[in-house]
Parts: sequence; C-alpha cells; structure tokens
Amino acid sequence: MAIKKILIANRGEIACRVIKTARKMGIATVAVYSDADREALHVQMADEAVHIGPAPSNQSYIVIDRILDAIRQTGADAVHPGYGFLSENAAFAAALEKEGVAFIGPPVGAIEAMGDKITSKKIAAEAGVSTVPGHMGLIEDADEAVRIAAKIGYPVMIKASAGGGGKGMRIAWNDTEAREGFQSSKNEAKNSFGDDRIFIEKFVTQPRHIEIQVLGDKHGNTLYLGERECSIQRRNQKVIEEAPSPFLDQATRKAMGDQAVALAKAVGYHSAGTVEFIVDGNRNFYFLEMNTRLQVEHPVTELITDIDLVEQMIRIAADEKLAFGQADVKLNGWAIESRLYAEDPYRNFLPSIGRLTRYRPPAEGAHEDGTIVRNDTGVYEGGEISMYYDPMVAKLCSWGPDRTAAIEAMGRALDDFEVEGIGHNLPFLSAVMQNGRFREGRLTTAFITEEFPDGFHGLAPDTAAARGMAAVATLINDRLQRRATKISGTIGNHRRVVGREWVVALGSEAIAVTFAQEGDASRITFADGGTASIHSDWLPGQTHATFFVDEMPMGVKVDKIGYSLRLRWRGIDVIARVREPRVAELAKLMPVKLPPDTSKMLLCPMPGLITAIAVAEGDTVEAGQALATIEAMKMENILRAERKAVVKRVAVPVGAGLAVDEVIMEFE
Amino acid sequence: MRPILEQLQARRDEAYLGGGQKRIDAQHGKGKLTARERLEVLLDAGSFEEYDMYVTHRAVDFGMAGQKIAGDGVVTGWGTINGRQVYVFSQDFTVLGGSLSETHAQKICKIMDMAVRNGAPVIGLNDSGGARIQEGVASLAGYAEVFRRNAEASGVIPQISVIMGPCAGGAVYSPAMTDFIFMVRDSSYMFVTGPDVVKTVTNEIVTAEELGGAGTHTKKSSVADGAYENDIETLEHVRLLFDFLPLNNRDKPPLRPFHDDPARLEARLDTLIPDSSSKPYDMKELILAIADEGDFFELQENFAKNIITGYIRLEGQTVGVVANQPMVLAGCLDIDSSRKAAKFVRFCDAFNIPILTLVDVPGFLPGVAQEYGGVIKHGAKLLFAYSQATVPMVTLITRKAYGGAYDVMASKHIGADVNYAWPTAEIAVMGAKGATEILYRSELGDTEKIAARTREYEERFANPFVAAERGFIDEVIMPHSSRKRIARAFASLRGKQVDARWRKHDTIPL
Repeated sequence: MAIKKILIANRGEIACRVIKTARKMGIATVAVYSDADREALHVQMADEAVHIGPAPSNQSYIVIDRILDAIRQTGADAVHPGYGFLSENAAFAAALEKEGVAFIGPPVGAIEAMGDKITSKKIAAEAGVSTVPGHMGLIEDADEAVRIAAKIGYPVMIKASAGGGGKGMRIAWNDTEAREGFQSSKNEAKNSFGDDRIFIEKFVTQPRHIEIQVLGDKHGNTLYLGERECSIQRRNQKVIEEAPSPFLDQATRKAMGDQAVALAKAVGYHSAGTVEFIVDGNRNFYFLEMNTRLQVEHPVTELITDIDLVEQMIRIAADEKLAFGQADVKLNGWAIESRLYAEDPYRNFLPSIGRLTRYRPPAEGAHEDGTIVRNDTGVYEGGEISMYYDPMVAKLCSWGPDRTAAIEAMGRALDDFEVEGIGHNLPFLSAVMQNGRFREGRLTTAFITEEFPDGFHGLAPDTAAARGMAAVATLINDRLQRRATKISGTIGNHRRVVGREWVVALGSEAIAVTFAQEGDASRITFADGGTASIHSDWLPGQTHATFFVDEMPMGVKVDKIGYSLRLRWRGIDVIARVREPRVAELAKLMPVKLPPDTSKMLLCPMPGLITAIAVAEGDTVEAGQALATIEAMKMENILRAERKAVVKRVAVPVGAGLAVDEVIMEFE
Repeated sequence: MRPILEQLQARRDEAYLGGGQKRIDAQHGKGKLTARERLEVLLDAGSFEEYDMYVTHRAVDFGMAGQKIAGDGVVTGWGTINGRQVYVFSQDFTVLGGSLSETHAQKICKIMDMAVRNGAPVIGLNDSGGARIQEGVASLAGYAEVFRRNAEASGVIPQISVIMGPCAGGAVYSPAMTDFIFMVRDSSYMFVTGPDVVKTVTNEIVTAEELGGAGTHTKKSSVADGAYENDIETLEHVRLLFDFLPLNNRDKPPLRPFHDDPARLEARLDTLIPDSSSKPYDMKELILAIADEGDFFELQENFAKNIITGYIRLEGQTVGVVANQPMVLAGCLDIDSSRKAAKFVRFCDAFNIPILTLVDVPGFLPGVAQEYGGVIKHGAKLLFAYSQATVPMVTLITRKAYGGAYDVMASKHIGADVNYAWPTAEIAVMGAKGATEILYRSELGDTEKIAARTREYEERFANPFVAAERGFIDEVIMPHSSRKRIARAFASLRGKQVDARWRKHDTIPL
C-alpha cells in the first residue's frame, strides 16, 4: 500500500522530525495538539492540525479515541507514534489495525512480547541472547548461596525478591562476602518487607549502556545499524549519546548485532527497534530490554550510517522491502547528541519553565571544517516551555570524521547556541565536552555522579581560558569605550582619549593587559610579556560573536550588565570588569561583601489572596521551587524559593488575604 | 623662578593630602575612597580642573584658628565624562569630617553658578558629617545658599547627587532638590534626624542603616533612584546615566553612534501577551526588545515596581520610558507608581527627552489605604505631568487600558503625538466582567445570561478598534514591528514645536 497522509500522534521535536521526512517523501502530514500546544512548532509545520484536548497528556496525547477521531476527521492512512505517549501501546497499534490504518512501527505481537520485562528476558534467553546470569529460584541457605554465587562468577549481587531502594541488597566479591551478604540480606528483607526470598545475579562492574539499532521489513529481512552508547545519564535520564561507542571492538559489535537481530526475528519484528544492553568493563554484554519504537537518540545512528530511520519506518509500514543488506551498512565517522533540557544545572537541575526570550540554535548542516551540526527541536524564540510535557528543548548533534572532531564540533555548537528566558543545561553539556575522562571515552553509567559529585556550579577558567576571556573582554571594552567618546556634545579638542592599559578582573582574578590595534586584528600584551592576537566582528549590542584569539575561534555569549560584562564560553560563566589601571588599583580598596543574608521567611510581596500553598511543613524545597500562589489584582503570582531550605512553618491558610510583608511561611 | 614653582608644588601636595595620611587610611579602612580618588573614577582620566584648592575657613572660635586645611573639606571644579563637560564637588570626609562651613558652601555655590551660566550639569559627591557646628549660623546660611541655587538650577541643568557617606539633618535637602540621588550600599545613609533623636522623641529603636540606608531609600521612601555595591560601581553607573542626559535645557539629548538596525523585527513579541488576560508577562522584555542594543538604564528599580521608568536609546538618541509592569500588582496605578512616573515625566519634559509610554494598566488600585493616602492628588501628579509635557510622546498600548488610567497613561487626549496599539489591546472603561455586573445587575442571578453578556462586551470593547475608529489610536501595529514603528514615530517628531502661553509657573498638585 502507498502511504499518502501521516498523522503524527506526538508533539515537540519528534513530531517536527517526522514531518520533515514525510515532506521530503511527498507525504501529507497531520499534527495533533493539546490546549498547551496551540502555537507549537509542530502545529505550524504540519499540513493539517487537529485539536485533541486539554494540556495534560492523559486527556489528549495518550487518549486513543481522540487520536482515532483525528484520523477519521483528516483521512490519514498511517500513524507515526514518535516515542513516549502511545508509541509502545499494543492496544493503540491494535486499534489502528482494526481501523485499517497503517501503524508506522512494529507488529502488535512484538510490542506485547517486549513490553513485559520477564517475558522479554525469557524470549531473549531462548533466542540465544546473553542475559545477566543469575539464579531466579529460591535459595535455601548460605551454603547454597555460596555455591550459586561461585557458579555465576564474582562479583555477584544478592537481592531480596521484594526489595527496593537498596534495602536487602549486597554485593559480594568472594565466598565469605556471599555467605555474610546472604544472611544480612535475608534478615533485612524479612524485617523490611516480611518476605525473605532472596535471589542472586551477576553484578555488572563499570556498567555502560550500549544499545543496538535494528531495522526489519515485513519480508523477513532484519539487520542492525551499529550501536549507540548512552552511558552519560543523570537519574536514569540520558543526557549525552554517541555512535559508535568508544568501547566496542568489531567482534563485540558483531556479536551484539547478531544477537539483537536474532531477538528481533524471534518476535517477528519489523520497523525500527532498539535492543538495550548493559556492558561491563571486560566487554561482557547482557540484554536489558528492547524498545519497540524510534529512540530519542536515533539521529546519531542516522549521522554515521546516512540512513533516514523515519523514512525506512515509513517504507516498511508501506510493505516495501529494505533496499540494502547488512553488508551495505557502513559506519562512517562519529556522532554525538547532547540533549538540551530546560533544567537549571545551578539549581540542582530543577525543571525550569517559561518563555524562550531568546532561542538561536547554531548553524546547521556541513561546516567548512568537514563537521556536521544537526539540531532537532520543537520550539522557537518567543515560545513557551510548559510544565505539562518533558523538559527537552532540543537535541543538538554533531558529526566528525573521528570522535575528537565530533566532540570539538559539539563544543563549538554549544558555544553558538543561545537560549535565554529559562534555566537550561547548556553550560553543563559544555562542561562534559571539556571533561578529560569523557574525552578519553572512559564512560560508565555513573559518570555524572562520579565526575560531578557535588552537582554543577560552572567551570572555573584555567590560565589559558582566563587569558582568552580577558582578551575578549579587552576587545569588547575597547569598542565600547571608543564608541562612548563619540557622543554628541563633547567639548572640541578636549575629547577623551581611550587608553591602552587596562586591568581585567575576572571574578577575583585581576589580569593587566595592554591593548594595541594592529591592522584588522588587535594585540593584547599580558603583564608577564605573553601576547595574544584577537579579532572579531563583534559590535555593541550583539549577545554572541566569534572571537579569534590567536586564530582559535571562541564563540562567546556577551551580556552587558551595567558597567560589567557577563561572558559565557565552554561552561565558564564569569563577570568581567575592565578598568583603567588607576581605577583597578582603587578597586582593591573596595570591601569584599558576603552575599546578602536571604531571610528565613517568605514574605508576601503584594497585597493579595493566597490561592495555593504548594508545600507542607517539613518539606525540603529547592531553589526556584514554587511555594505559594497569590492572587492580586486578578493575577496569579507564583512565589518561589530563593534557595534550598526546609519548610518550618506555614503561617497562613489558603484563602487568607494578606498585606505586604506578612509572613507566609518560615524556613529552618 | 624654580623655588617659586616648587612652592606651588608643595602647596598642592599639601592640599592633595586633605586631612592627612592617617585620616585617608581610616577612610580606606571603611571601604571608602577619598574625595579626589572618587573624582578620578567619575571623570575622564586627566580631565579634572580643580578650583579653590587653597580656600580655608575664617572661623576662630572653639580653636578653629589652628585647624585650617587647604580646600576646607570639599574638592570642586569641572571635568569631562566621555568628553562632555560637568561641574563637580566632592566632599572630603578626612577634613573635619567633611563638615560644611561658610567657605565650603561658597566653593559649591561658585561651581553651581558656573554650571548654570555655562550650561553643564552638576554632580555632587556627598560625604559630610553635616553643618560645621563651630561656625553656627554661618554654616546654616551656607546650606541655604546651596539650596537656593539647587532650586534655581532645577530644570536648567541636570543635577545629580551621590551619597557616599553620612548625609544628615539639613544636608539632606540639597540632594533632595536635585534630579537624581544615588547611594552606596552599606556605607551611606540619609536622614533628617538620626537614630538617637528618633529614640528620644518617638521611642523607636532603629539603626542608621534601617533608618536611612540605601535599602530604605531605594525600596521604601523612594528618596534614592538607585544604589550600588561600592564607591567605584556607583560612580561607574553615574557615568552611564550621564551619557543619557542632555547638558542643559536648551540642549538636545545626546546622540551616539549605534549598531542596531532601527527596523529590526522581533518575532518573539508576537507571543508576548499570554492567552489569558489574568496572566502576567514581563514588560521589561518589550522595553529591551525596542531599545537600541537592548540597553536600558532603569531608575527606582526597587520602588513601586508596578511601573517601570528609565532611559533607552532609539537610533542613538535618548528616550525616556514609562511602562506599566503587569508582573507586579497587575501593573495598576497607585500612589507610589503615580509619583514615581510623574517625577520621571517632569524631568524628561524639562530636558527635551522624548517619552515612550508602554501601557498595560487595569486601573487605579482600590483600597482604603490608597484613598486615605490621597491617591486622587498623587494620580493627578502623573496626569498633570503628561498633560503639560511638550516633548515628543509616543504611546503603545499592549493589552489593558481601562478607565481613568487609560486617560492618564499618555493618551491622545492629554497630548501624546503618536498612539499605537497592539491587536491584543483592550481599551475600555473597565474589564468585561466588571462592566456586565454593573450594566446587567438584574441578571446577576443567571450565570448563563451574565456569561453571554460578558462575551458580548468583550467582543465589542476588548479590542483596540473602537478607539481606532475614533482616531484615539493612530494605528494598530504588529507586535513584531514595534521597534521599527516606534523609532520611525520618534523620527517623525524631531521637529516638534509647542508654544507655551506665558505664566509665572504652573500649580502642579503637590
């Protein structure tokens, strides 16, 4: 059958992504949208759009009947589910089948089989897929536990069947520990859960998350498109993915690929799917689960294989045969994906919502140096990041001939990405690109907790970076000062002459420089005699520009704040003050002030009515978290925590009318 | 001749030392700069021309005859800020606590007279213990001479006061009569009577900082227009402000090369107004989007936040902005916001600075406190200021313009030259709900009927077209083209001339 019109049962970047390919293939598209998405990008991009209900997804995007209504209304003959929402919902796929509409995804049976954790493991084991070795049966006593542990091979994890939250869980590296661990787990399990059944499985050390992309048609052809490594995660949320994995060798890749294909065949799979493995430090790999949909991180595979996965899914759904075989799949170069989340890294990654007052992604496509940048997004400048859906703003991908080139390209692309109005993780992503361990490819799923144990507070510039930033600040200052002297009304012949000597204060560090214009470029001489050349097209008012410092391009974000400059580059976020040497000397006399003591009370900022209290006594609140809502002049104003604190007392009930500065709650 | 030159140098060196190294060190120890150091930061390097360096007082009582220090506690003269002339005085706390004597006052009066004659602003850096008690009434007379000159210079040249230490008693009234007051956080205070007297008279126990610190005057009393962390940051910001101001009332606002396309379109403004009229949005985003290079110098940022006042540039030239802020009290007018905006509008009009007014106002704030506080007269100040202004005025209504507040916020009727509205504007006597409740009081029991009436009212009045049909709005513009349209409107008004009828002066409702 030929597909003429696709309805995308999704929103955000993935809906936009599918529309792009459909348009390329000459297929009409239908978007669906909730109340919160009336002005969303996917609605603007699609040929038709159908409203499907209120903002919460359980009243819109995941209501099967609403989607079916939209299909009937528009006459769509196929549905792409994207990821999330209804993408792995067997009932939805079945309903479409009944409706006679093509589901651009796997068969119902495969969704069902892989949707259940226990069934999927069983099928995988039967298909010859490597699963985590373990003993599922009941274990009588410590002796038996030791025997089983030795058979599995150390280290092992001893777990309570009913366990959770780390309770009743022990890791054993030898017989003695296995014996002790079994006893203590059993006791703990009995006390905590009243169920002392214990099982033992292989403990995977230095675990990495590596997954295989499979693709199969309805004619029995199934192949794999290499792997993606997704080890950089925060609280099980993937943050940075890449393809290929820096860890796999050709033999392991093939072994994993073959097993993934075997599993797909075992469940009669067609369309795109992903088989997730956990891989240990010795390249032993074990099956985790199979995702029967297009993955968020699919673009990295597309970049190294040059295969459009959405196009293949559509062709497969239209009963076409795969036009290529396993031997035709070549992995070319390296691709990295950074997920830009509306999460504030300086506030412990608290979700941030609001208006995108600025959204300027870096230039996409092939760059002069041979690298490629791709940005998948569903937002635009002036758009709203709402509280109803996941906080992903964009997926920024880079491709380079090798891993280092891809990382460098990503670093530059992140520097050139301007996002304002919401808190977001751009500086954190930049910091990961700078991280030595990341650059060496020594990843595990614990990477973020190990490398950023105290959270993320911005990178401190090293000597070279500080000099680069100082050079940038000096050039900007020179342009601002020169322009300032061109004001009208000066007394002729007595105009201000802009000096060459400056002192740049970056945070608490002071760097003395001499500035000299040399043709199109400028030369900065540092106090120790070192020099740097710098040139840039930056003009006053520009919030981003590329500065060439000794010909190295630096994409710096520039904000003028009063008399100082905020500069952001490569995860560094500093305030630079450029002053004449005499003023800089006097500045040393200025008192160092501690940050003002934010009061331990939430005071009412305006006369109004409390319409909601969002926290309870004893709650721990993060900076930026909503505390209470006040209605004043018929407007709802949300009051947020200024910093992390514990709520000691809520002083007023909902419905209370308050005057300015009345206490709403107190903190400990 | 050399010995004579050396003598001059020696006298200068002595004067430069002010109250001596020990007192200079003490001043530094408090995190404060000396009077001359402050001028070095404020003025272009090497531009300061000092006058009256050798002036000393003539008092003899209370052992004063032996305490003569060259300069007598104040450094005066002129210099430039980015090449534009400014007269300055800087009180020297190291000399008798910067106290004001008859001669100290004379030095200030001298440069004020020169400033008025030559048409250049005055910036005063205040750091003084107050009147020089040893001189008695001569000192008080000195203050009064300064006060009178403040009044005479008002509206002729801009006057800026920077409070960089104590400023108490009669001393506060000179800054109070100037156009701008800036303070240094934690090291300056202003009050008429200090904490000790307050305790004796009213039994209130209060610190100097609580009574008259930068926090008090920027958030509560609105005496100050801004406060900064330390001496240097404060003086740097005064330099920034100075670049927005004309030199005198015959001068045009300054013009500076700019690097921002006046026709720049801002697509994001098309989504600035939220779906629901009860949802706030940040008016500052619009100000920054309109301004050249996103550069905005805000005044009284922490007082009466329901209205925003400050300077931007359009095509390189200063424009004063008054804007309702829907984020605070829905952007309503009340006593504080009316006074704040009125003061700002008067200054702009006195010094030929065009005024841009951005309107989203639901009306005046109701309440007993407001009425008892005289909101009628305070609101009238803003109405009066706008009605009287003759500078080019452009008004843009973004959303609500209800009731009397519509009239007040630079409506066509009171003298604005070009009035624009976004298609989201609602220009009406009041909100639809309130209006239907009055118009259809008898139907109030029937929620369905009332809802229908409300919809009917919304459709009829919740738009800019009723006003546009009458010519009260010159054009309904696309939000994304706001910068371009406003810049062109001001460009068209550059030749504006208004002849005023002779009068001694108006009687603004004070």
